[in-house]
Amino acid sequence: MTTLADAGLFTYVLGLADDALVSAQRMGWWISRAPQLEEDVALANIGLDQLGQARTLLAYAGQVEGAGRSEDDLAYLRDEREFRNVWLVERAQTDFGVAMARLLVFSAWQRELYAALASSSDATLAGVAGKAVKEVAYHLDHASHWVVRLGDGTEESHARMQAALDAEWPYVAELFEPVDAALVAEGVAVDPVALKPAVLTVVEEVVAEATLTVPQVAPAVGGGRRGLHTEEMGYLLAEMQHLARSHPGAAW
Amino acid sequence: MYGNDFGARAETSSDEPRSFLDLLAGDDRVEPRDEMPDAYRRTLVRQIAQHAHSEIIGMQPEGNWISRAPSLRRKAILMAKVQDEAGHGLYLYAAAETLGVDRADLLDQLHNGRQKYSSIFNYPTLTWADVGAIGWLVDGAAIVNQVPLCRCSYGPYARAMVRVCKEESFHQRQGFEILHTLSHGTPAQRAMAQDAVDRYWWPSLMMFGPPDDDSPNSAQSMAWGIKRFSNDDLRQRFVDMTVPQAEALGLTLPDPEIRWNEERGHYDFGEVDFTELFEVIQGNGPCNAQRMSHRVRAHEDGAWVREAASAYAQKQAEKQLARTEGAA
Repeated sequence: MTTLADAGLFTYVLGLADDALVSAQRMGWWISRAPQLEEDVALANIGLDQLGQARTLLAYAGQVEGAGRSEDDLAYLRDEREFRNVWLVERAQTDFGVAMARLLVFSAWQRELYAALASSSDATLAGVAGKAVKEVAYHLDHASHWVVRLGDGTEESHARMQAALDAEWPYVAELFEPVDAALVAEGVAVDPVALKPAVLTVVEEVVAEATLTVPQVAPAVGGGRRGLHTEEMGYLLAEMQHLARSHPGAAW
Repeated sequence: MYGNDFGARAETSSDEPRSFLDLLAGDDRVEPRDEMPDAYRRTLVRQIAQHAHSEIIGMQPEGNWISRAPSLRRKAILMAKVQDEAGHGLYLYAAAETLGVDRADLLDQLHNGRQKYSSIFNYPTLTWADVGAIGWLVDGAAIVNQVPLCRCSYGPYARAMVRVCKEESFHQRQGFEILHTLSHGTPAQRAMAQDAVDRYWWPSLMMFGPPDDDSPNSAQSMAWGIKRFSNDDLRQRFVDMTVPQAEALGLTLPDPEIRWNEERGHYDFGEVDFTELFEVIQGNGPCNAQRMSHRVRAHEDGAWVREAASAYAQKQAEKQLARTEGAA
């Protein structure tokens, strides 16, 4: 029997899990397409970390829900409206500058989030976060180095990196949308609003070192946490889920 | 992953330094600073580069299923596996660089078609079971080819192969496990597994190269301690290893002539039809153009990133120099 409190926790955990899962799905695209071989290895590593976080969180979400759903049931058998990830992670990222701009913002946010979540009153979330914070610190370091190299590299790379930041920036605000206040009050969830100053400080320092400017753009409307997604999400899920859904009940 | 190469002009050498011959005679390793014949160096560069190219082109057929892997566990294993192939490419390019060539030049030669990669990667991965078949058969054949290379006369190549072989052995087991799950799954999964094995069996046998009496490079490579066993011996070893595994999987191999030969102590098997393989090598395989255009596109799309990285590194070096001079 799922209580109301469990339902709130289920949704909260799903949000974190789906951010990581969808991000890993986009990162997987780069393996065999990176600008150099070292980067194929690094991006695969980052994608694998994200996928690992997603799997642990999805398994936990299934446990909280208490309906017997596994990590795979949640990843492969939910429809688009049941996914809770932010828009930042779901759009295609086939430009290396975009991939690094997005990873910079996402990993800076994840690092602050997981650092705070490591002292959650929920022991499972605290455990997951304690491990993940070390992984995402590396992701942030990697993205920061690339943003600086590209921003302060050639004239072309400067322009492309600035364009990439401009393209990603409208999707930053959604990361800081409030979550279930009761969960925050209980010390289970981290209040995203509280993370904003620290995340923006980290990102803005990198942007400045990269000789780039922080975009002045209006935030996108968003809606991922409520299950409203961009048109690109349908294609992502169609590709990710089609094989598993084509063989109901099969084990792999 | 790697197969023996075909059709390249055989290199021979008439002028071999005494120190080099002594190393070979003592079954010692030739190291980068040792004297070696030019032909030996060129042969190794060609082979190691082709091997490295095979690793990175080999990322594509399996990478094709990362986005569609049917469980998150399978997705994670596959991402790690394709990542390993990139890592193998890195060690091998580094091994080639000890012979005085440059990775960027080798990549250019891959992209302009002057150097080759293993033809097995010109076959498509049409279903999830192909990921299993590649792991089991293609990586299995690669292991049989590569284990002897761990004792290759050229030290850096031999050492790179020790690490590569350990990982390939893990890859082969994961391929076997995918197929085992499928062959014990639903009728549709079982059919998928059999179909993949049917398509990948003969191309895997072709990975060992042409028959011994039609293998121009073998004799010289053996004399140099680069190659330790003939193509046909390795092919036989692979068949002997694989037939019992197919039985364990409950899948059949598409060759009615496979049977145990008590007298030889080996499995007999049907004659490999190399006509198709030569077509694939000539560029007429199902995926030759696709694999090359994917690789070239990734390289070209990444040019601005690599240029930016060098420009940034140069700026940093100049700043460092200015600071040092300022302090002096």
